[in-house]
Amino acid sequence: MDRNHLKRQVDFMKRSFLDQGYLDEQFIQLEELQDDDNPNFVEEIVTLFFNDSARLLQNIEQALVSGPIDFPSLDNYMHQFKGSSSSIGAKRVKNECTRFKEYCTAGNAEGCLRTFVQVKQEHAILKTKLETYFQLAKQAGPSGTSGGQIR
Amino acid sequence: MFGKGASSSKNMEIIGSEKKFSVLIVDDDPIIRKIHSALLSKFTKEIHEVKNGKEAVDLCRSGTSFDIIFIDKEMPIMNGLEATKELRAMGVYSTIVGVTSCDLSSERNDFIAAGQNQCYEKPLTIEKIKSLLSELNKNN
Repeated sequence: MDRNHLKRQVDFMKRSFLDQGYLDEQFIQLEELQDDDNPNFVEEIVTLFFNDSARLLQNIEQALVSGPIDFPSLDNYMHQFKGSSSSIGAKRVKNECTRFKEYCTAGNAEGCLRTFVQVKQEHAILKTKLETYFQLAKQAGPSGTSGGQIR
Repeated sequence: MFGKGASSSKNMEIIGSEKKFSVLIVDDDPIIRKIHSALLSKFTKEIHEVKNGKEAVDLCRSGTSFDIIFIDKEMPIMNGLEATKELRAMGVYSTIVGVTSCDLSSERNDFIAAGQNQCYEKPLTIEKIKSLLSELNKNN
């Protein structure tokens, strides 16, 4: 009974992430790939993303604060980061990346700096939300993050 | 259109309704490689991964062949278009599918000109793979 309640909470949390635009359909696609052979697939991908993105964000930060800005190089880093964000369904993060790239293309340093703050913020918010989500899912037991289907 | 020559069928065995086929995933992003690998493992167990165009070319040059090569466009050292041209020039007949995070419509011509059979925006999804496979099986 308790397990079912937790499962419902997990589903509700996920639904709210989708409704509020933190995540998009791609996240659901990832959950579809999770199965008995790969029971923690989504969490693994998300962990990989946050490890990888920490590095990319550092590179971008460095490029923004050290000397004259190399816009093509910045755009390249952000392109990678946007691609990764998109691949886990991190919708808000991806949208901020798009805005950043627009400023980058326009050579607008101030715009880049401002937007980068937003990028980091959305990234941090999502990280916290997903950590909570996976913790709850673990408590809910195996296939706690499935689409609710019995396989 | 499964490969550009009849000889590509030597890598495919049809057992009942299950077809075995080999795929190569070429992408510099480890997250994408992991996702696409998990996705394709729903359809086949023969999956190889490399992280750029040069590794793909070297692997094929060494004699390994694949039924389908999924190749990212934007990669360091050798990108997807260059790698596709090299592979076709080497006589590789595999089905080559381009995968890109850029706007697809403006790049489709580049992909086809380079010698790719199909292209998709990343990330790939179960639906895209199903539609690709049914298209390939229809034409085979």
